[in-house]
Amino acid sequence: MSKYYIYQDVKRCIGCFSCESHCKTKNSLPIGPRFCQIISVGPKLVNNLPRIANIFMPCFQCENPWCVAACPTGAMQKRPKDGIVFVDQALCVGCKSCITACPWGTPQWNPETGKAIKCDYCMDRLDQGLKPACVTKCITQCLHFGDASEKTKTARERFARAISEL
Amino acid sequence: MKKSVFSICGMCSVRCPIRVEVEDGIVKWIEGNPHDPGMAGRLCAKGSAGLAMEYDYERPQQPLIRKGKRGGGEWEKASWDEALDYISGKLKPIIDEFGGKAVALSDRGGPFRDIHRSFLRAIGSPNYYNHDCTCARNVQHAAISVFGSGRKTFNYDFKNCKHLVLYGRNVFESLRVKAANTIMELLDRGGKLTYIDVRASGTAMKATRFWMVRPGTDYALDLGIIHAVLRDKLYDAEFVNQWVVGLKELESFVAPYTPEWASKETGIASEEIVAFAHEISQDKPAVIFHPGWMLARYKDSFYSSRTSYILNALMGSFETPGGLFFQKGPGDAGKKGLNTLMGTIPKPKDKRVDGCGWKYKHFESGPGLLHLLYPAILGEDPYPVKAYIAFRHDPLLSLPDPEAQKKALDKLDLIVSIDSNYSETGWFADVLLPSATYLEKSSIIRTGKGLKPQFDIRRQAIEPRNEAKPDWWIFKQLAERLGVGEYFKFKDMEEFWKFQLEGTGVTLADFDKKGFVSLADKQIWWDRMKDLKFKTPSKKIEFVSSLLEENGIPSFKTYESPKKPSNGTFRLAFGRSPVHTHGQTQNNPVLHEIMPENSLWINAAEAAKLGISNGDRVTVTSSDGSHSGTIQASVTEFIHPEVVFMVHGFGRKIPWQTRGYNKGLGDYRFETGLLDVFDPVGGANALMECFVNVEKAD
Repeated sequence: MSKYYIYQDVKRCIGCFSCESHCKTKNSLPIGPRFCQIISVGPKLVNNLPRIANIFMPCFQCENPWCVAACPTGAMQKRPKDGIVFVDQALCVGCKSCITACPWGTPQWNPETGKAIKCDYCMDRLDQGLKPACVTKCITQCLHFGDASEKTKTARERFARAISEL
Repeated sequence: MKKSVFSICGMCSVRCPIRVEVEDGIVKWIEGNPHDPGMAGRLCAKGSAGLAMEYDYERPQQPLIRKGKRGGGEWEKASWDEALDYISGKLKPIIDEFGGKAVALSDRGGPFRDIHRSFLRAIGSPNYYNHDCTCARNVQHAAISVFGSGRKTFNYDFKNCKHLVLYGRNVFESLRVKAANTIMELLDRGGKLTYIDVRASGTAMKATRFWMVRPGTDYALDLGIIHAVLRDKLYDAEFVNQWVVGLKELESFVAPYTPEWASKETGIASEEIVAFAHEISQDKPAVIFHPGWMLARYKDSFYSSRTSYILNALMGSFETPGGLFFQKGPGDAGKKGLNTLMGTIPKPKDKRVDGCGWKYKHFESGPGLLHLLYPAILGEDPYPVKAYIAFRHDPLLSLPDPEAQKKALDKLDLIVSIDSNYSETGWFADVLLPSATYLEKSSIIRTGKGLKPQFDIRRQAIEPRNEAKPDWWIFKQLAERLGVGEYFKFKDMEEFWKFQLEGTGVTLADFDKKGFVSLADKQIWWDRMKDLKFKTPSKKIEFVSSLLEENGIPSFKTYESPKKPSNGTFRLAFGRSPVHTHGQTQNNPVLHEIMPENSLWINAAEAAKLGISNGDRVTVTSSDGSHSGTIQASVTEFIHPEVVFMVHGFGRKIPWQTRGYNKGLGDYRFETGLLDVFDPVGGANALMECFVNVEKAD
């Protein structure tokens, strides 16, 4: 079952791109592939103030992943214990089916090995009881890692606080 | 084998505490020091990209000695002995003939200066410089004129602040990890953030009020605010009566500078200025008018910084939660401070060549003003300078007009660059010495002043790669070769640390657990109505400054309206991206990928007049026509029509940096004719007195 979720509290995100750097260096990625990316949209005026949307795009670790279904060799697979989707590098033949299949552009191409690679929430860190690199070192702690069912609480609490001030 | 090392980041000058994980001599992970509550693991993009920097081959690997002409890019590899002998062979005759004062050195300031400043002092030179003439000199001098001591006397309690006012201080892009976090907490609690700039930077995107002012009018805005504050009696009378001298003079000076007048200068409606003054007064004293940091911008930046400090005093926002607090040192915690090597070496007798501290008594002598070194080199006035050492500093990329700088530098008999990155200055040097990176070296123990003073330590994480050597070793070697080795007897950093700590009651082992040693159990706050330690002659906050008045400089300067550019020309503004450190990281594999080049922000209405659409290539030309280049246009409503903007540090010309080479444009190359244009009272360069022509490229 897909268990984990990275929640981005966009109100706290300052668009510093540190998550991208934390990810690239932790995963020793060459120039090219990016497991996560901040996409900035805007700025535009919201209530007469300039506002920009910095949207964090990691892998969403789908319950029914397009990439796994598309993979002809079984390299792209879901980890039974927590549903993390990862690529077994030994089985990947570099056909790029997963890159075609994913609606969010998540699987990445490694030009050095000629294989697909992707965000696996730093599962080696998870197995040591740690959090993904992007979350661990996020400057403003706008990234939260954990159980998907718990993470909606932050948004609800913020909303409740905001309306109670009226 | 795995190990964990507490260190201090060196990717930018904030120098955040970090923890480094090393496996079999290779750095695997860098994070903010988890024991420091302000860091708690957090790190910026540059901090993590320290790993990419460390294992990049496109940085200095062995000593190089120039062949051919300066800047020609022809180098010969040398051993350390050859390179150091070459340098001392050039320095010796210079020192013999002209004295040690003929050698100048510049760095990027900071807490790790004792050893190289000692080297300069030991050879008898007073000519130490840092980068500050292109950074915070105006703020430093403004602080001295008001409080009698520099800008670092205070730090800011952002966390408890109710209203923070920033004049272009781009806190979410010119990042300090701890400050960014505490300002985010301020916003989370419903605190206010007023951001004033000529463009909507990343900080504007989080502000609760954004004022896009006409470029060069911050001082006018402050005068209008002060007028409203005094007229409507919005100040903290108790605090002002206790601590301020010169309120009456200020009052009569600002009388003509009404909010209506300020509105005409700045473009901000007068009702908004008045409303703001009333609003911020409600939240006093937990308010901060940030006096600025990188304020080497206009010829009156000193006065805009000074009036921001004055506004803080009017709000009584000193030594109070949510305001500016005095940074306490070891002495304030009843502890002895670190010993310094400089303290063991007699001060040079000669005066500074740039006149700071004697010819210009209102300029602090400490790091002088580097832009004044160039005319001194050219005119040999008051004496000749023959050699220059750039230590981790790149003036050809940070001071204006590199071609004008080269004309002066080329008169020197010796130029040495010591750096762990290639720099534009290093490329023009005679000798390039590779210094160990912050991960490859130990540095001297640092004193961290604050509410809870502390000592912290940068410990070497890995062995230097290639042939790089730590800077302390390089300066010790040079000192020995020049016959002043007696001051540099320590054999390694551990021995130096022991010397620093002697008598402090702190031992090296005390750093093992957390990487720092706190010198106080709890925060030290002074009584704000009784115990504030202002270092002015009056021991008060001097609105009328005795230092300025003694030197014939007005405490309050008559406002002069900034020049308006004409059709097709714009004032050139520059600034930071959160992923690059000035001009130091453009070639970093990870950071380059995130931001490979800069673009030119241009106001949408102005762009339309010139037929420029978003994404077009445009040609930018300096006002004298001597420099031009093309760049992609970012057409936006969120920049003032009088100004165009680019992120600083691009347009690199070092072919060995293949990723950054020739990508984007360098603002500094367009600042022609500005090397000798500076704020006459603050001393810093006036980098935004730069106008460029913009047209659509063919």
